Parts: sequence; structure tokens; C-alpha cells
Amino acid sequence: MVMSTQTSERSETFAPTVERTDAMWPSMKSSTSEALWGYFFILPQAIGLIGFAMVPLILAFALSLMQWDGFGARTFVGLDNFIGQFKDPDFNIAVVNTLYYTVLTVPTGIILSMLVAVGLNKVKGKVLYRLFYFMPNITMSVAVAVVFMWLLNGDFGLINLYLRDWFGIQGPQWLTDTRFVIPAISLLSVWVGLGGSMVLFLAGLQGISATYYEAAEIDGANKWQQLRHITIPLLSPTTFFVTIISIISSFQVFDQSFVMTGGGPAKASYTMVFHIYDSAFVDFTFGKSTAAAVILFVIILVLTLIQMRISKRWVHYEG
Amino acid sequence: MLTKRLKSSTILLHIILFIGAVFMTVPFLWMVSSALKDLGQVFLVPPKWIPDPFIWGNFKASLTALPFGRAYYNSIYINIIVVVAQLITCSMAAYAFAKIRFPFRDAIFILFLATMMVPGQVTIIPLYLIMKNLGWIDTHLPLIVPAALLNAFGVFLLRQFFMGIPREMEEASIIDGANRWTIYTRVMLPLVKPALSALGIFTFLGMWNSFFYPLIFLNTPDLFTVPMMLNLYRGMYATDWTLMMAGASVALIPVLIVYIVGQRYIIEGVTLSGIKG
Repeated sequence: MVMSTQTSERSETFAPTVERTDAMWPSMKSSTSEALWGYFFILPQAIGLIGFAMVPLILAFALSLMQWDGFGARTFVGLDNFIGQFKDPDFNIAVVNTLYYTVLTVPTGIILSMLVAVGLNKVKGKVLYRLFYFMPNITMSVAVAVVFMWLLNGDFGLINLYLRDWFGIQGPQWLTDTRFVIPAISLLSVWVGLGGSMVLFLAGLQGISATYYEAAEIDGANKWQQLRHITIPLLSPTTFFVTIISIISSFQVFDQSFVMTGGGPAKASYTMVFHIYDSAFVDFTFGKSTAAAVILFVIILVLTLIQMRISKRWVHYEG
Repeated sequence: MLTKRLKSSTILLHIILFIGAVFMTVPFLWMVSSALKDLGQVFLVPPKWIPDPFIWGNFKASLTALPFGRAYYNSIYINIIVVVAQLITCSMAAYAFAKIRFPFRDAIFILFLATMMVPGQVTIIPLYLIMKNLGWIDTHLPLIVPAALLNAFGVFLLRQFFMGIPREMEEASIIDGANRWTIYTRVMLPLVKPALSALGIFTFLGMWNSFFYPLIFLNTPDLFTVPMMLNLYRGMYATDWTLMMAGASVALIPVLIVYIVGQRYIIEGVTLSGIKG
């Protein structure tokens, strides 16, 4: 129900002329042949939808209720896998680490990318600046993880060398100190993600009519007041959207810790996806692993539904 | 007075933006700089940016240590198949959802939208088991086939564009007796070219950088994609930073060049997808 209202909602928002299409279609063709054409066109993607999304999803729910090592017999264990997850210290560590990472990464990323977007919006050379800010966003996670292993190296990494040279600070052993490994991965993620969020903010800024600023200018509002009372409130739908997609991608963090630290030291960078991966492909406890994955799915589902609900209200509010 | 104040604030803004841009670029520059040094230079304190002498041999060493050429070949051919297949299958489905009337159309479309909320980690284990039953583990098929046949986001994105096309565009062809396939290929596809290139870029980048799926489905180094090969390389040269940076450069620089050449297109594509999605 939520989904269906959302669909029509979105289509109205983005393509106002659309919904009338069907009724006006000329009755030159029989509706049967029309329907056959329709099924023909969706066939390849429908096969994909059934085979690679719906069936695996149903199997995932089924597996999460079973105990299975991938070879022997499957035994139905009810909700034991879920209860077991909450009692499993590894799962709890993974949840705490993932939450800590999210709390560090998302607000930092949002604030920085919004500031950069506001700064870039009307500046000369916008396209050139944008080139550099967006560059990390297209790079391969494994490759930048390798580069950051070197930058964050405790003894000879560029970051610690300059901390010592310029500020006289002895930098930490970023990737081998349990207290600093999550902030270090977070730093990498902010650097990578900034450009992507910035691009969305720039698009959001385009949507704010110049007349607001002209009126404010006439009323004598300074730049700060304009930012505070025009830009930030009118950008709020974009901000909300960016926040939710950032949180969702934060919950799925994996590549960086897999490559840079292997989840260590002492599981300090062991994340939820790491836990799913380890339970399935290292310990071969498929039931436990899918139970953890289903919990991740529920979290993401709830976040997505909140985003849909609230952004809908915002669209109406603005329009 | 006013113009003077404006000017100085503009200069300040440029300085801040410039410093920010330097921060975004330094990791790449340091990567290349380190890749061109020997071990004696790489541990110098304070850091030296320009290698002296330049050690070009690191690149040769990294290219010969592991079959990176093979990995590039694998990544490129997998990507080409997936991008082309997705452009065809997504645009077909999107066209039907936007312009053709058939029973259960909206219900099926909602199913597509719903799958966008399912994170890949939830379906990966069943998918792994399905691929195992098909005998596809340690081949490229698990990377190609699901991606070629399912991209709900792509269907959603293109549908938005098809819906924006006025029906008059189709009507003339209908009256001329053209069938749906002809309308789709001759009339509709040319009209959504910008959306197709946006989707193509998006798919390409996602596939090219993808690590999780290849990690699970591939075992044989000969079949590895570029990120997998680099991860293997990292395991071999964990302490030799010059070779590690040469390897990372080999993986990153071609993509960066493509990005710099086509940046307008790429950023606009991403923006388009982001807004529409």
C-alpha cells in the first residue's frame, strides 16, 4: 500500500503528463495483442526479477529459519538463528562498529558536501572544481583502500608525516589501533562519498528559485542569513534524501575494512556485512549468516520506508 | 565599496575551494609519486614529492607480477556484455511499463521497485547456492547473467523518461501501421538517448568497481576482475609500498583518464540518475 501510493506520487512529481496515457490509447489494436506485446517487452527483466531477486529472497527467508552448513541435512530451527544473533558477541560487535562508523561518516559527509555545493553553486570555474571533488567518487574501492593504507601508515604515512611536520602531533597508528581504525575508515569514506552527495546537493540548489535571494537581498539579508533562512530550509528534501541513502550505504560498508584491516585489529573494524560474509563463507553457517542479512534488510527497509513517507510530505509542502 | 567587499569574499571562497580540491587530489598524486620511487626514497622524512630518480620499473614489475592484463580483459568484456544487455532489457521493460497497457502492469512494476530495497547481501547466499547448483561457481556467469537480466533501478529510471515523451510521437507510427517493436526501436529509443547513456555510465562504474560479488563467485586468479587482482596483489606485496602504489595506479589511472575526458557526461549522468532515483 505504501509502495503503490509512492509510485503514483513519484510519477506525478517527475512526469506530470504521464498518468493519462492509458485511457487515451487509440483502440486500433486489440487489447490482447497489446497485452502480449507488453509481456514480451518485460520478459527479460521479469525473468531476472523472478530468478535473481524473488526466488533468492524467499530462499533467504527460508534459510534464516534453518541450520545448515551447506552440505549436510537442513534442520528447521524456527527463530533460533535470530535469537542466536543477538546473543552472538560477534554480531553485537559488528552492530556497534557499524553504528559508530555511520555516526561518524554520515553527518560529516552531509555537512561537508553541502558546504562544498553551496560554495560551488555560483562560482566561476564550477565545472573544474566539480571535476576534482567528484573524482574519488568514481574510483575503485579496493584501489583507494590500498592507497589509504599507505597514507594512513602509522610510521611513514603522509598524514602522520605532515601532522608531525606542521603541527608537532604524533599521529596514531590509524589502522592497527582499535580506537582509530573506524575513524580512519570513516575518513576514507567521507573522501570518497563527498563528491556524490555534492552532485545531488548541486542539483537541489538548481531547484531553488533566484527570486528568493533577490527578495532577501532587497530586504538587506546578508549571505549567512540567506544560507540559514533560504538555502538550508529549501534544500531540506535533498538533505533528507542524501541522509537516508548515506545511512543505507554506511550500513553496507565492507570493501574498505576487508582490504585495509581484514576486520581487525581485534575485530575493531568488523562490520555487519563482514559478519554476514564471515558466517557464510568462512564458517559455512548459512542459516546464521542469512539471519544476520535479514536483520540488515529490515533495518534498510525501515529506513527506506521512512524516507518515502517523509519525502512525500516534503514534496507536497514545497509544491 | 560594495564591489570591493564582494571581490575579497569571492577570493576567500576560491582559496577555500582550492584547498578542498587539493585534499581531494593529494591521495592520487601521492600514489603516483610513491609508485615512481624506490624503497630508499619512499621512507624519506620529510616526504619528497618528486621522485629522484624516477623508477619506471615499478610499473613493469607490477604488470608482470600478476596477470593484470588478463584482469583488465576480464573486467572489460564482462562490463561490455552487462552494459549492452542492461540497456536493451531495461529499456524494453521500461517502455512497456510506460506506454503499453497490459494486465497486472502496475503490480509487476511495484515488484520491481520493491527489489530496489533489498540489499545485495541478503540475496547473495541463496544466489551462491543457485549458482553452485548450476555449476557456475568460478566462472564469469554469476557476474554477467543476473546483472544483465535485472536492474530494477535502470527500469525505473528509463520508465520516467519514456513517460515524459508525448503520445503524439507514437501516434503517427501507429496510424502508419507500425508494430510495437518498430516504434520502440525507431521512435522511442532515439528519444531517450541521454537517459540510456546515463544508465550505461552508472552500470559501467558500478560493475567496474564491484568487489563483493567477484569475491564470492571467483577463485581462479585467471578469472579475476581488476579489483580482485589488486586485492591479491595487496596480499603479496603488503610491505613494499612502491609496488603496492604501482599496482593501485595501474588499477586507477585508466579510469581516471576516462573520467577526466568524459567528466561532464559522467557527472550529469550520475546527477540524472540520482534525481530520478
